[in-house]
Amino acid sequence: MIAFNKYYNHFNLLSSVLIVVSLLLLIFKGLNFGIDFKGGTLIELRASDSKINVSSLRDRFNQMDLGDVSVKKFGNDTDFLVKFENKDNKKNIIEEIKANLDKSFGNNYDFRRVENVGPKVSAELLKSGVIAISLSLALMLIYIWIRFEWQFSLGAILALFHDVIVTLGVFSLFSLEINLSIIAAVLTIVGYSMNDTVVIFDRVRENLRKYSDIKIFELTNISINETLSRTIITSATTLLALLAIYFFGGEILKGFSLAMILGVVFGTYSSIYIANTVLVRLKVSQKTVLREENDKK
Amino acid sequence: MLYFSKLRILFITLFSVLFILIALSNLFKFDDNFFDKKINLGLDLQGGSYLLLEIDNEPVIEQKLQNLTTTIRNYFKEKNIKINNIKIKNQNIFFNVIENDKQSILDVFQDENSDLNPYYPRFKSHQLEIEDTGLNLKVNFSRQGLIKLKNSSQDQAIEIVRRRVDEVGTNEPNILKRGNNRILVELPGLDDPMRIKSLLGKTANLTFRFVTNDENDRFGVEKLKFENGIEEATVSKRIIISGENLLDAQPKMDTQANQTIVSFTLDRVGAKRFGKATSTGIGKQLAIVLDGKIISAPVVRDTIASGSGQISGGFTFQTATDLALLLRSGALPAPLEIIEERTVGPDLGQDSINAGMIALAIGFMLVIVFMFIKYKIFGLITNVTLIVNLFILLGVLTLFEATLTLPGIAGIILTVGMAVDANVLIFERIKEELKDETNNILAFDGGYTKSRTAILDANITTLLAAIILFFMGSGPVKGFAVTLGVGIFTTLFSVYFIARLFTSIYVSRNKDKEKLI
Repeated sequence: MIAFNKYYNHFNLLSSVLIVVSLLLLIFKGLNFGIDFKGGTLIELRASDSKINVSSLRDRFNQMDLGDVSVKKFGNDTDFLVKFENKDNKKNIIEEIKANLDKSFGNNYDFRRVENVGPKVSAELLKSGVIAISLSLALMLIYIWIRFEWQFSLGAILALFHDVIVTLGVFSLFSLEINLSIIAAVLTIVGYSMNDTVVIFDRVRENLRKYSDIKIFELTNISINETLSRTIITSATTLLALLAIYFFGGEILKGFSLAMILGVVFGTYSSIYIANTVLVRLKVSQKTVLREENDKK
Repeated sequence: MLYFSKLRILFITLFSVLFILIALSNLFKFDDNFFDKKINLGLDLQGGSYLLLEIDNEPVIEQKLQNLTTTIRNYFKEKNIKINNIKIKNQNIFFNVIENDKQSILDVFQDENSDLNPYYPRFKSHQLEIEDTGLNLKVNFSRQGLIKLKNSSQDQAIEIVRRRVDEVGTNEPNILKRGNNRILVELPGLDDPMRIKSLLGKTANLTFRFVTNDENDRFGVEKLKFENGIEEATVSKRIIISGENLLDAQPKMDTQANQTIVSFTLDRVGAKRFGKATSTGIGKQLAIVLDGKIISAPVVRDTIASGSGQISGGFTFQTATDLALLLRSGALPAPLEIIEERTVGPDLGQDSINAGMIALAIGFMLVIVFMFIKYKIFGLITNVTLIVNLFILLGVLTLFEATLTLPGIAGIILTVGMAVDANVLIFERIKEELKDETNNILAFDGGYTKSRTAILDANITTLLAAIILFFMGSGPVKGFAVTLGVGIFTTLFSVYFIARLFTSIYVSRNKDKEKLI
C-alpha cells in the first residue's frame, strides 16, 4: 500500500500555490485568445516555393495595413498560419491579400483554410464558452450533490476548479491559443476529472459504511489504493489515445489534445490529492454517511 | 450476472452484426435500400465554406416607418382629425395633436379591430405602440411588431440567398435560419467562396418590364429565362417600376372570383408610373424580373392607377405565397453582412481525414496492446469488445446520418481510451472479490454488481459534459459532443452485454481455475 496520505499537506500546499500562480497569470498575463474569441482573420497557407517563408510572408503582410499580423510556421516547413486583426472588418480582404501575394509569389502558394470571425460573433462565442463551462460545473455540482453528501460535493468541485484553473494557467503561461476546441477540451476535462473523483469517492463511502473504527485519514488512503490500479490503467489508456491524437492527429488538434492531456494529468492528481483531503479536513466519518442516509429515508 | 439466455445471446449478436454492417456500408456498397445511409463529413473534413450572414434590419425599419407616416397622415386626414409635424426620429414616429383629438387618436391605436394597427385578432398584440407624451405622441413598433418584421425580412433574405447559392451551383448547400436576424449557409465542396460572397453582397434587383416582340425597341431588349429555366421571353430593357417602388405584396383570397391572388401596393411615384404604363399597355404581358429571371409575367387587364393591383392566374395558396415573398424580397432587400466565415480547402480536409484515421489507428493499437499486456485473456475480451464498440459507434452515427468532424474523430479516439474504464473497474473489482471469495462465479457476480454505481456515475458525468457541449458548441465542436455522447451509450452496451457475455462464457468454463484474472 502506498502512503498517499503522508503527503496530503505537501500537495495541498503545492496545489494552493499552483492555483494562486495560475490565477495571477490569468489576471495579469491573460489568455491568448484565438480569432474565435477575439475576432479577426486566419489564413492557413501552403507554399510550393522556398522563397516563401515566415519573414518574406511577414514582410508582405505588414505592407498591407491589416493591423497586428502574426505569421507562424504550421506543422511542416511549407505550411504557414497567418493571423491578423482585420480591425475594419473589410469585406474583400481575402481577395485583396491574394492579389497582393500574387504579385510577389505568383501561383506558388495556396490558401488551405480561411477563417474570418467578426467582432460580434467572437463576443458571442466567448460568452457561450464561459456559459458552457460554468453550466457544466454547476451541473456536476448538482449531480454530485444528489449522489453524495455535501462534503463530497465540495471536494469534487474544488478538484474540478483546480483542474480547470491550472490547465488554463498553463495555457496562459505558455501563451497557447484558446479557441473553440479548447473549450471543448475543458468541458471534457470537467467530465473526466469528475469521473475519476467519483470512482474514488464511491469507494470511500463504501468503506465508511464498512469500517467504523478507521479514521478518514487512513480510510481515504485505503480507498485510493484499492482503486489505484483502475486509476492508473484508465489514465494510461486515455493518455495513450490522446498522445496518438497529439502526435498524429494533425496541427489543428494539437491544442485540443494538449489541453486534454494536461487535464487528465491534473484530473488524476486532484482526485487523489484535493478531493480526498477535503474529506479529511472536513472530518468526514461513518456518521456523515449514515446520518445522511437516515435523513433520506 | 453471469447467466445469459439463448434469446439474449441471439439479440446481442444480431444487434452487433446489424450495426457492424451499417458501419461497413460506409465503405462498401450494399445493394439494399436499407443501407443507403452514410456518415456525413463535416465541412472541415470534406472542404467547403461556412458563412454566417447577419441581416441589417435598420433600413427596412426606416423604410417601413417612412411608409407608415404616409398611412397615418392619410388615415387621420380622412377622419378629419388634425395631426401636425409628423416626423421620424430614432425609429419613432412623432406627431403633434390638439387636446380635443388626443383621446380618439389613442383609441384608434388601441382598438382591437383597427385598420391602422392590425395584427390584434391574430397575435393578441398590436403591431404599433403609442406612447402618450403630452400633446406630442410617439408611435413605434411593438415588440411583437418588430419580431414579425424581422421574421419576414429573414424569410425574404433567405429566399434571395437560396437563389444566389443556386446560381453558383454548389452541391447540397445547407441554408438555415439562425435566430431571427441571421442566416447560416454551408457550402460543401466549395473551394473558393469569392464568387458566392460577392453575389451575397449584392442587393436584390426587382423590375417590372413589358414583354415585347419588337426587336427594335427604343430601349433595347434582352432574352430572359423564366424561373423554371426552360421558357424564355424577350423583355424590353425599359424599366417601368423597380423594387423600391413596391411597398408590399401579399397572397389573398379573392372571394368574388374564388381564386387566390397576389395583391401588391406601390408608392406614389410607382403608382403614377404604373398607371401610365398600364393605361397604354392593356393586353400586353408584364414581366416581373428578379435578379435576371422572370418570376411572373401576367397580362395587363386594366389600368392600375390607384397604386394597388393584383396578379391572378391559377395560383394555389402556396404559389401565391411564394410569389408574394419573392416580390417582397425584391421590394425591400435588407443588406446582408458576412459576420463569420470558415473555409477549408478540399486537400486540407483530406489531410485532416488521413491524420485523424492514423491517430485513431495508432491510439487504438496502443490501447489494445496495453490492455492485452495488462490483463491477458481479459484484455483480449476487452479488446474484442472495444472493436465491436467502435463499429457500433460508427453504425449509430451512420444510422442517424450524423456529421463527422475532425474534433468528432478526436471524440471517437477519446472514447476508445475511456471505454476501457468500465471494464477495468469491473475486472479490478473482481480481483478484489477473489481475495476472499474462492468461488469464481460468485466473485465475478460480485465484481459486476459492486462496480455498477461507480460506472454509472462516471459515465453520467461525461455524458453531462457532452450534452452541454452539444447545445452550446458550434460546428466542428458539436461533432465532438456527438461522438463523445453516443460513445458513452455504445460503451455501456458493449461492456454490459458483449464483454459480459464473453466473460461469462470464459468464467463458466474455468470455474475451478485458480488465479483466474
